[in-house]
Amino acid sequence: MLEWLGTIIQGVLLGGLYALFAAGLSLIFGIMRLVNLAHGDLIVLAAFAILSLATWLGFDPFLATLLAMPAMFAAGFALQHVLLNRALGRDLLPPLLVTFGLSIIIQNGLLEAFTADSRRLRLGAIETASIELGGNLAIGVMPLLTLGSAIAVVLLLNLLFYRTALGRAFRATSDDLEIAQLMGIDHHRIYSIAMGIAMVVATIAALYLGIRANFDPTIGPARLIYAFEAVIIGGLGSLWGTLAGGVIIGLAQTVGAKLNPEWQILAGHIAFLVVVVLRPRGLFPRAED
Amino acid sequence: MTNGDVNQLIELAQYRIETKTRASAILALGGVALVLIFAVLPVFAGRGLIQDLIFVFYMLALAQCWNLLAGYAGLDSVGQQAFVGLGGYLLFALTIGAGIDPIAAVVLSGLIAAVFAVPTAFVVFRLRGPYFAIGSWVVAEVYRLVFAQFKQLGGGTGTSLPPSATNEIFGIEWVKAMFEVRSPAARDIITYWIALALAAGAPLLVYLVLRSRYGLALSAIRDSEATAESAGVDSFRTKLGVYVLVAAATGMIGALIYLQKARISPDAAFSVLDWSAYVIFIVVIGGVGTIEGPIIGVIVFYALQRYLADFGTWYLILLGALAISIMLFARKGIWGYVAQRYRVALFPVRRMLVRPHA
Repeated sequence: MLEWLGTIIQGVLLGGLYALFAAGLSLIFGIMRLVNLAHGDLIVLAAFAILSLATWLGFDPFLATLLAMPAMFAAGFALQHVLLNRALGRDLLPPLLVTFGLSIIIQNGLLEAFTADSRRLRLGAIETASIELGGNLAIGVMPLLTLGSAIAVVLLLNLLFYRTALGRAFRATSDDLEIAQLMGIDHHRIYSIAMGIAMVVATIAALYLGIRANFDPTIGPARLIYAFEAVIIGGLGSLWGTLAGGVIIGLAQTVGAKLNPEWQILAGHIAFLVVVVLRPRGLFPRAED
Repeated sequence: MTNGDVNQLIELAQYRIETKTRASAILALGGVALVLIFAVLPVFAGRGLIQDLIFVFYMLALAQCWNLLAGYAGLDSVGQQAFVGLGGYLLFALTIGAGIDPIAAVVLSGLIAAVFAVPTAFVVFRLRGPYFAIGSWVVAEVYRLVFAQFKQLGGGTGTSLPPSATNEIFGIEWVKAMFEVRSPAARDIITYWIALALAAGAPLLVYLVLRSRYGLALSAIRDSEATAESAGVDSFRTKLGVYVLVAAATGMIGALIYLQKARISPDAAFSVLDWSAYVIFIVVIGGVGTIEGPIIGVIVFYALQRYLADFGTWYLILLGALAISIMLFARKGIWGYVAQRYRVALFPVRRMLVRPHA
């Protein structure tokens, strides 16, 4: 019984990581319906950026993350401004193809720059530190910090979304693009800012990705799938839904792995498919498709 | 009715609806001739060229299938690798497990893939647009992970097709005698002919589907599902039909691919890069929503791979950049640009109003 309690706690904590992968994606998907197939690779790119700052300049990974954030914001803004805004439209195919191309470019560019070696971000003792709960139960400090960061990110994004002028513009363009344009909103600029923010969140996700396990340039697409599953389960435009979606995928994966280690990923996908068959629009959709 | 009205009606009645163009009539003959030339090519060509052409043919067939699904039916799938892998694994199961002749197994694999497509459709058809794209990818991942569980088929590391399974493939003795070659080369020639049949059959299939009432319903759904339904089109059944048809064709192509490769693993057979990304590139570079586009796309793709693949990562970076540029600057692809510029259509599926020569 206690063993299962441990599994469930692990699952929820893993869900925090998936929610971090998904939060940026949820933001841009909710605002501009952009299917960004390069999101996973952009997270890996951010992880390499943090790694580079940490190794070359000798910074602590947390400080390196803080430094990487503005750079990633600028990269996201520029990417949206130069490329993605031109691909967006009524047709799904252009953004699909452009981000597919981008994914291949990022993966192979990283392979060229960093080789296929597995990397890891090192933090020292805190990596393995845990909090005893008694009765053989312990919670890792890093997983707890990951979930805490996910909750903080969702909270901050929601504050931005519902309490600021920028957030109002986000919601307006999401709800009705034409009317928002009539009200004088420059939707391309709004989209670029949203992508910049999504990349800042991706940088935070990259930090925890790099600390939790090894990474190499090719692991992006798998993270993208988990992220998209969380976004779709949560429902369009709902960040708390995305957090819930991440936790559902994380729980399904750890429970699946507990039954049979080979079933971990499969269990996550099955959970996703079950949810979408029952609720095709996700659990908590805020916006209309 | 005044005299003027009558005259106008007479004039209108002289218009006809046509789908043929002069170019298409020439092409029909040229196409038959081309297929015949390709069919006798093994007499002259070396084994290397035959193997290259097998690759070109199956990529072309896959591209035509995806094009029918996305370009005409509006089902933007990122998960067709589900049926490529399924077809490949079914071929291995049928030939190794049941001792069926590989040629029969290719056809059977396609039919069984179609059976699998029905329950798959009931899951992914719950989703629309971007959700459908992602959902179809997840389903393909589920297939990959499930096939990795079958220890008889090599589990996660995969397995090889023993030569004994293909050494007695239908017609091999005849080919060996006819072309004076050994078993492996004879196997390639038979595989080549199946690939040619699929590559020639796929555009024909797409053409016939689009020329039918069914094709009209498909275009109507793609342009506006609600309007099509209000005009009496059963959108679910039409889309299901095309999805299952494409799954059957894709399953056969997958079976052929792994007959040729003779080695299968879950990661390769259900690869999103090989069987979705590249296929989408081919269609979009050539021109999505046209039958001519994939043909041009596959030629470009093959040429790039032939001359640049040695550059490894840089080749892939270039491919990605090319896809992005096409999407940004020539959204209708190479053929779309040509067709618009010179007003030609080799596979005309559009109904045209023709004014009689005065």
